[in-house]
Amino acid sequence: MSGPNFPNPIVRWIDHRLPVFTFMHHEMHEYPTPKNLNYWWNFGSLAGIMLVIMLVSGITLAMSYTPHTSMAFDSVERIMRDVNFGWLIRYIHSNGGSFFFIAVYIHIFRGMYYGSYKAPRELLWLLGVVIMLLMMATAFMGYVLPWGQMSFWGATVITNLFSAIPLVGEDIVTLLWGGFSVDNPTLNRFFSLHYLMPFVIVGVVVLHLVALHRFGSNNPLGIDTKGPQDSIPFHPYYTIKDAYGLGVFLVIFAGFVFYAPNFLGEPDNYIPANPLVTPSHIVPEWYFLPFYAILRAVPDKLLGVVMMFASIAMLFILPWLDRSPVRSGSFRPVFRIFFWVLFADCLLLGYLGAKPASGIYVVLARLGTAYYFAHFVILLPLLSIFETPRPLPKSISQAVTSKGTAAVIAALILVGGLGLGGTPAKASGGDIPKQDWSFSGPFGTFDRGELQRGFQVFKDTCAGCHGLKYIAFRNLAALGYNELEVKAIAAEYEVLDVPNEEGEVLMRPARASDRWPSPFANDNAARASNGGALPPDLSLMAKARIGGPDYLYALMTGYTEAPADFSLSDGMSYHIYFGGNQIAMPPPLFEDGTEYSDGTKATVDQQARDITAFLMWAAEPSLEDRNRMGFKVILFLLVLTVMLYFSKRKIWASVH
Amino acid sequence: MADTHDDATRRDFLHVASATVGLVGTAVAVWPFIDQMNPAADTLALASTELDISGIEVGMAITAVWRGKPVFVRQRTAEEIATAAADDKADLPDPQLDADRVQKTEWLILVGVCTHLGCVPLGQKSGDPKGDYGGWFCPCHGSHYDTSGRIRKGPAPLNLPVPPYAFTSDTTIKIG
Repeated sequence: MSGPNFPNPIVRWIDHRLPVFTFMHHEMHEYPTPKNLNYWWNFGSLAGIMLVIMLVSGITLAMSYTPHTSMAFDSVERIMRDVNFGWLIRYIHSNGGSFFFIAVYIHIFRGMYYGSYKAPRELLWLLGVVIMLLMMATAFMGYVLPWGQMSFWGATVITNLFSAIPLVGEDIVTLLWGGFSVDNPTLNRFFSLHYLMPFVIVGVVVLHLVALHRFGSNNPLGIDTKGPQDSIPFHPYYTIKDAYGLGVFLVIFAGFVFYAPNFLGEPDNYIPANPLVTPSHIVPEWYFLPFYAILRAVPDKLLGVVMMFASIAMLFILPWLDRSPVRSGSFRPVFRIFFWVLFADCLLLGYLGAKPASGIYVVLARLGTAYYFAHFVILLPLLSIFETPRPLPKSISQAVTSKGTAAVIAALILVGGLGLGGTPAKASGGDIPKQDWSFSGPFGTFDRGELQRGFQVFKDTCAGCHGLKYIAFRNLAALGYNELEVKAIAAEYEVLDVPNEEGEVLMRPARASDRWPSPFANDNAARASNGGALPPDLSLMAKARIGGPDYLYALMTGYTEAPADFSLSDGMSYHIYFGGNQIAMPPPLFEDGTEYSDGTKATVDQQARDITAFLMWAAEPSLEDRNRMGFKVILFLLVLTVMLYFSKRKIWASVH
Repeated sequence: MADTHDDATRRDFLHVASATVGLVGTAVAVWPFIDQMNPAADTLALASTELDISGIEVGMAITAVWRGKPVFVRQRTAEEIATAAADDKADLPDPQLDADRVQKTEWLILVGVCTHLGCVPLGQKSGDPKGDYGGWFCPCHGSHYDTSGRIRKGPAPLNLPVPPYAFTSDTTIKIG
């Protein structure tokens, strides 16, 4: 084997015994890559980098996460509040899942448009579909781990899919659960498998790359490279192009992580799992929505599940459905139209997956599902026969096709739009009026005076019935209280002490390190004191309801007299915004219901604003850090991306 | 030719600069993933422990927990205090005066972790072996500590450390 001649003697010594450098040189520098790859070819490497980001953030999260039903939710909140940079790592991981799927979905559509699944790359394509399936399983199990309401009910619904299997379905579901419902054994095994699967994905990615390097990348023309004039070394040409693309991608990713970290998530998942109450509107994560729409479009349980899996099976048999000898959609005038119709159909299905399964949505979902399958089993085989492709260029160097960054960015926005459309019917919170908050926007900060007043409202009004269990007294320092003031506040409350020498458990004054004590000994005591309704813990309220702070403000101020024709149940109050227009909580705020120590007049509106700001802080104490860090990170990424862009131009200057 | 030379220099500079900025960014990005392993805010908040010592009789000891580690709190007898003071002049591997290790001579407060490899020495209970010097004996590798908690014999290099503490009253101490 005649490897390259490395100048460094240590490199030579190692390489002679373990030819890693020869391997890298061969696969990076000598590896001939078509010179005409456009920016759509960036998404393979982007997906690979997202996989690494998910592994790193996931392994670090696992260091502080506890896979037990009684502790999982709390341990995630501890990560968000107490672990150094925990909020950052968790938001990277939760948004990273979405961005991994964005990269992979674009990568797949790119392969479909340019015929990258055709001979001799069928196995490369199949391995890719396997990766997608593994990603789906991993993402699903990861979503269960925080053990919120969506985690629990998502796990219940998805595992129940298997009950559709005739004869053995129920047994399989019991096996998956390790019990008679989704419970601790389920959580444990999902954690174990969620940790395992990414490494399986890494293994399949390696096979995917081996298969790729066998024949090299396909290209926008879909014709084979004819010689050295058609190709360039992967490094430095595509390393720099990938690096530049990564810069752009990371800017958008950072935008979500720092400024819209919960946009792609569900508010319901900030409510701890409750096996007795299903959220009124459950939806999977956006990347499952098209499949979910197909599942619901079919009015038969077994058939629905079969169709959903069949929609992925279509991708497995795609190389044998499309028999056209021409790879690239650029030379297939009819295919090209249908490709975009299919793309739109997938977006439509994604949109419908987030809508309630009723009325026109069901009709559209059925049409969309029918079209999806028709594309694969009818249109593609027919096109292979009847379509007349345009003449192919003789070689890559002869034709120059290059699509600008603009198209890729447009696509990213489009996919972002899918996420937007996929965000479930937030319309139900649409009639909640928007308010101006000091903490909204990328440069938002909390107003300390407002927070302290809000804390006063909480103490005087809310704390009688509601807990605030994720806030420790020491956290109040963030409101501007000094150490002595924090201690004094803590000393006003009592918490359970450890058993004394006689074994009695007595109360002791709270210390700064204690968490806010619950006003009731347990949930049943809380229900008994509140007419059967459980006053929820308020720590996460500002993130656990659609509309967030605007909703809380509306809830505080939305009490009015019931209209004459409205029949109010016993013990309930009429409310403009609350679901069903009646709420068990009596109007909480009164004119001068609290006496502000800063002399502010305690109107109902003032108190509502203050308590909302306080609860927003309680739910997201890292908000200010997040905004500040986000600004620096994005500024840095922009500078880096511009530098990479010019480097890329310099390197490529001699190619065109 | 001057043009191409300039061009090459500018290109090299751009590449080196981009690579440097990228590497610096990556290095900075690594920090949060390392720092997350440091003690979290709630762990740090538990850094002090209050303790009632009114129940400890002369010659008795209790073991409290501070930062997850055992803390030995011992009310020494007059004899133990005298021995400890007399041994100030002995050949000590880690020389320290007994007076520098206590705030009140009768109360000896130590982190009960052997300075060799972290085992908990015996000597707290009346039936425990107390080693050759009447203090503590580490069963793992045979270190002997005296009535001031100083290392006298065995592989441990240092005396049992004295944690930061203060008497908040005659009968309570705050450790940490």
